[in-house]
Formats: sequence, structure tokens, C-alpha cells
Amino acid sequence: MTSATLRSGAWKLLEMITTPLLPSDYLDLVSPLRAGADLRGRIEAVHPETADAATIVIRPGRGWRGHTAGQYVRIGVDVDGRRLWRAYSITSPTNRQDGRVTITVKAIPDGKVSNHLVRRAKPGTLVQLDQPTGDFVLPQAKPAKVLYLTAGSGITPVMGMLRDIDFDDVVMVHCAPQPQDVIFRNELHDLVTAKKLRLTEVHTDTDGMLDIARLGELVPDWAERETWACGPAGLLDAAEEFWSGHGVGERLHTERFRPGIVVAGDGGEVTFSATGKTVDADGATPLLDAGEEAGVLMPSGCRMGICFGCVTPLKAGAVRDLRTGEITEAEPGVLIQTCVSAAAGPCDIER
Amino acid sequence: MTAIDPTAHLTAEQIEELGRELDAIRDEVIAGRGEKDAAYIRKVISAQRTLELVSRGVLLFSFFPPAWLIGTAGLSVAKIMDNMEIGHNILHGQWDWMRDPKIHSTTWEWDHVSPADQWKHSHNELHHTYTNVIGKDNDLGYGIMRVDEDQKWHPFHLGQPLWNFINACFFEYGIAAYDLELGKNLHKRRRKNPEFRARAKAVGRKIRKQVLKDYVIHPLLSGPSFLTTLAATFTANLVRNIWSHSVIMCGHFPEGVQVFERRSIKGETRGQWYLRQMMGSANISGSRAMHFMTGNLSHQIEHHLFPDLPSNRYAEVAVKVRALFEKYELEYVTGPLPKQVFSAWHKVFRLSLPNKKPKVKTPDREQELVAA
Repeated sequence: MTSATLRSGAWKLLEMITTPLLPSDYLDLVSPLRAGADLRGRIEAVHPETADAATIVIRPGRGWRGHTAGQYVRIGVDVDGRRLWRAYSITSPTNRQDGRVTITVKAIPDGKVSNHLVRRAKPGTLVQLDQPTGDFVLPQAKPAKVLYLTAGSGITPVMGMLRDIDFDDVVMVHCAPQPQDVIFRNELHDLVTAKKLRLTEVHTDTDGMLDIARLGELVPDWAERETWACGPAGLLDAAEEFWSGHGVGERLHTERFRPGIVVAGDGGEVTFSATGKTVDADGATPLLDAGEEAGVLMPSGCRMGICFGCVTPLKAGAVRDLRTGEITEAEPGVLIQTCVSAAAGPCDIER
Repeated sequence: MTAIDPTAHLTAEQIEELGRELDAIRDEVIAGRGEKDAAYIRKVISAQRTLELVSRGVLLFSFFPPAWLIGTAGLSVAKIMDNMEIGHNILHGQWDWMRDPKIHSTTWEWDHVSPADQWKHSHNELHHTYTNVIGKDNDLGYGIMRVDEDQKWHPFHLGQPLWNFINACFFEYGIAAYDLELGKNLHKRRRKNPEFRARAKAVGRKIRKQVLKDYVIHPLLSGPSFLTTLAATFTANLVRNIWSHSVIMCGHFPEGVQVFERRSIKGETRGQWYLRQMMGSANISGSRAMHFMTGNLSHQIEHHLFPDLPSNRYAEVAVKVRALFEKYELEYVTGPLPKQVFSAWHKVFRLSLPNKKPKVKTPDREQELVAA
């Protein structure tokens, strides 16, 4: 017998011992970050950066495959007992000695997860992680001249890059309302002092918004620079137009933080993506009825919200609970009871 | 559907008002669900796992009588926790709001021979929707007993105290058979139904795994304690079965609980549905430990009104629900466990015999007597 078959045999025996649970259910009690466990991390420290931003130091589980500078990670945090997933750029360098990674979070108004992480997260807390991902990364070959164009928390993926690799000629234009709102300001100024970075801060409260058309005044050779830009959609739209207008569109790399713009309405187009059917449903028709009428095979049960026999993944959009009026927005892993939920705008039900 | 309808004094408007008041109680709990509740269920789950691990560990030395006693007691409690406060309630979707895929009605599996999905159908869907409706809710006597005067008597029922006792000892198998609707499906034609065969196969798989774990693997791991560990797991299963059977009997069988006719639920409003749940369920009174060990099914009335509210909230909900019972002059059936168990068993014995003839003498009968 090879050691692999021995191992799988031993694992099968373990499964028989722990049935109906899995061996991992018991191992999780003592070692949630071990190799082979679902990927998690433990918050080890929370460092305030500005009045509304903080850096969260996380020790990832053994299954963490590491990141490339500029990438982001999806993180599942329990807020008021409910698990919510968000994506944040990784701000730590890839070669950090202690194996920890950091994300830097800016609390946005009414942001459930961001406010929780910035103001209430405690060291010791376990969070769920996905492997890092994203293609807002540096190329293998070092560009001679680099421009980082950022605004607000758009600085976070760029900070991951700045900390990771030294380039010979780096310029950064960063926008924030006031000097005290500039995340990582001390560290940036240290880099300036060390002559590793040329920095222009645009303080929008006093200077007004950055006018991309006048970028040449700040960075005369912008068109020769490989540029990474991250910030609000308006800035990125303007940048893309400006770069491609000058025929250098391929030099610009942008990262858009997915804006949470699900607008909850009353009724909408319901897509049953597994069967490829689409129907228009009003705000009073349960999705179960809408699906059945369209000939989709829907799991069902009591039809009054008590048996949980109809729970189905909500892949996109928003639905309204017909009993409470509560709106549920699509997020990975979100399941809804189709018998008591109606479309609140366009939505996609995995059936 | 007893001779006197205990809800006859309520007007239709009052019943709808009652429904709205219950909805308000529900909304309040839902709005207040949070970190504390999540911490509660996580704590219970890890306590159960730790207790089971430790008990199984102690049973490795079960040839030593004190170890047998401690291990068996611990394992019994662990199995009761798994089935009652954890399994039953998670499978009701009470903790789905946490969005933790590991503590979710769609993924949970319990230490029980009935596979979770089959139980969810027969229990959550059939029993909870059609609570105490004769002919629709098979929980009313599990198809082997007669528990209300309005159910038809058959000579088979003479043996029901015995059936009920056997069912109590092997309750998890009884439930698995019940979820399969074995009585109905054993007819030759239905036996071949592929859907039934698939479900029967799933039950077979689950039984095999459970039996292998409890009666082969763990005893074998115990080596010299093989037999004593075997006896310990058998005892723990027996204790768990009798305990859960008793708790569940107390939910709908004690005297004072109403049953309903099939036609009475036609076009039932939300208020009427609530009222039926109120009149069709009974509670068990007792300490916090008692409520915990019953999986809070001691708050059966509250559970039937709000089957998807987290179980740790039933105690606070019960105070408000009871006040509504008083306001609307309805009987809140409750009592300590021994009293309720006795009451349920008493009914099982009483109804094993056909209904007594009404004592009122009819004129015909009088004439017969005179003629005699």
C-alpha cells in the first residue's frame, strides 16, 4: 500500500468515528488555522491610520497561498452575528517575515463591515478568508517610470505595491479631503525624505477636485509612465478617457472597488439562471410562485415561511421579505426563502 | 374539535388582532437577533462536541465501572444536546440568518438515523404546517396510535401502550420509519416507486453509518472495553430516545390540547393559523436546565407559533405569549414534566379502548331497558 492510500484509509476511518460530523468539525475546536482547514485568519492587531481608517493585521491559516502586490482578498466577518463578505486590498508586502498580512479599511458611512472592522474588531477574532485575487498587479519586467494615481482608500492596493518593490522613478498623485485624511501619510513622507518617491497631495477640500486634464502640470511626463490608478469611479472614468484620448491607454491600469449599488425597488425582472428563464415579477408575488409559473422546478414546502424547504441561493439583485419588508441583497452564500420573498428590483435566483 | 370549542368566545376580528400581536412579538425578536445569539449557539455546539469527545474518551476505560457511568452519562447528554437544542433547531432554520454555512439548515446533519432532509420534510413541513389536523398531521399518534376521541378506533389500538413503549425505546428508528411513511409505502406497488427507494436507501446508509460508529468502531477502539463500550453506547441511545420521546409526547398529547378537522383549516387566515398552533400545543414548566435539555421544546407553544426564532429566545417570548393567552381567555396548557408525561401516557391508555358511550340515556335505550 502506498502512503497515499494509507492516508485516505485512515481518513475514512476517522470519518466513520466522527459521523455524522466530520473530523474537521472537531479539529476546528482546537486548531482552526491548521493546514487543510477551511481558509480562515485570526485578527492579531488593529492599528488606527486616520480618524476613519485602520489597518487590520491578520494571521492567515496554513492554507494561505500568498498574494501578489496590488491584489485583494475577500474576507468574511461576523457582524452582529451575521456573516458578511467584503473585498479589501492587501496592504502588506509579499515578503513579510512574520507571515501576517494586513488590509487597510476605511469606514464608509453606513458600511456595516467597514465600521465594524475599523471601530469594533478585536484581536483574537477569527475571520473567513478567500485566496487573494485580482489582476491590478505589477508586471514581471520593471517599468522605468511609474505613476500611481490614487484617491481616498484607493491608495490601499498601491501601498501594497509601494511596500513591495522599489522602482527607480516613482511619482504619486494622491487625493484626499484634508491632510489628516491621507492614509499612510507618515510612511509616504518618509519615502519622500528617502528620495524613493515623489508625492503630490491634492487636498480636495481646499484645492478642489483633481482635474485630470491638468495632470500634465503636476506630472509633465505622465504619458511616458506606466500608471496604476485606483479611486472613485469618476476619477477612473476621467483617467481612462484622458489616457486613451492621448493614445496611451495601454499604459493605464485601473482598479475599481465594486460599488454597492443595488437599488431596491418594487418587483423586477427575475432570472432563474440555472434554467435560463426570465420573468417579470411584481413586488407582491413570491419568487416561488413566479418560478413555478415560468415552469422552473422550484423546491417548495409549507409556502408560508416556516419549513425552510425552499431556500435557494440569491445570486444577484435584491429581494424583499413579504412578512417583514426586510431587504436582502445578493452576496456569495446568501440563501433566501423563495416562498416569502418577492423581487425588489432585478434579481437572479439560482434555479 | 372537542365538544366545547375553547375559542368560541373570540370574534373573527379578535383572532386577526391576536395574529397581529403575535407578528409584533416575532418582528421584535427578529430585529434584535445578533452577536449574543450567535455566540450562544456556537458555545452550545462546541460544548456538545467537547462533551462527546471527552465521554467517548472516558469510555475507552469503561471496563472500570465508574468510567462506564461517567462516560455513559456524558454521552447520553451529548446525544440529547445534539438532537434537541442543536439539531432540531438548526434544521428549523433558526440559525440560518447567521449565514454561517456550517450552522445552516441546508448543511446540518445530526446524530440520528433519520437523514436531516427527510426529517425536515415530515417535521417542518407536514407537522408544523398542519399541526394537529386529523388526517394531515401524522405526528398525531405517528400513525400507530390514537390520541384523540375523534380518531377512529380500531382493534389494533388495544396494543398501543405497548407500541408506544417500543417506539420510545427505539424512537430514532421510529422517526426514520415515520419520515419514510413506511406504513403507507410498504404496499407492493409503492415499494417499487423509485423516489421511495432512493429515500429508503438514504435511510439505510445513515443507519449503517450510525450503527457502525456506535456499535462497532468505538467499541473496537476501546479494545478490552469492547463490551462495556458497546453497552454504554446502547444505553446512551436508549436514554436519548426515551428522553426525546417523552419531551415530544408532552408537546401535543397532554389533556387539554385540541385537535382539528381537515375542513376547519380551509381558507385559514394567519390569525386562525396562529390560534390553531396555540390550542394544539402544550408546554413543560421547569428550570433553565430543563428547558435546555428539551431543546427548548418545553416552550412548544412558542416554538409552534414561531418555529424559526432562535431557541434561546423562547423563554422571553413565552412571557409575552402567555399574557396574550390570558388577554384572550385561552387555556395555556403547561405543567411539570412528570405531570405532562403522565397525562400523555394516560391518554394513550385511555384511547386504546373505544370511546365510552355517552352517559345520557336516549329514549330508545330507556325503552330497551324497560323491555328487558
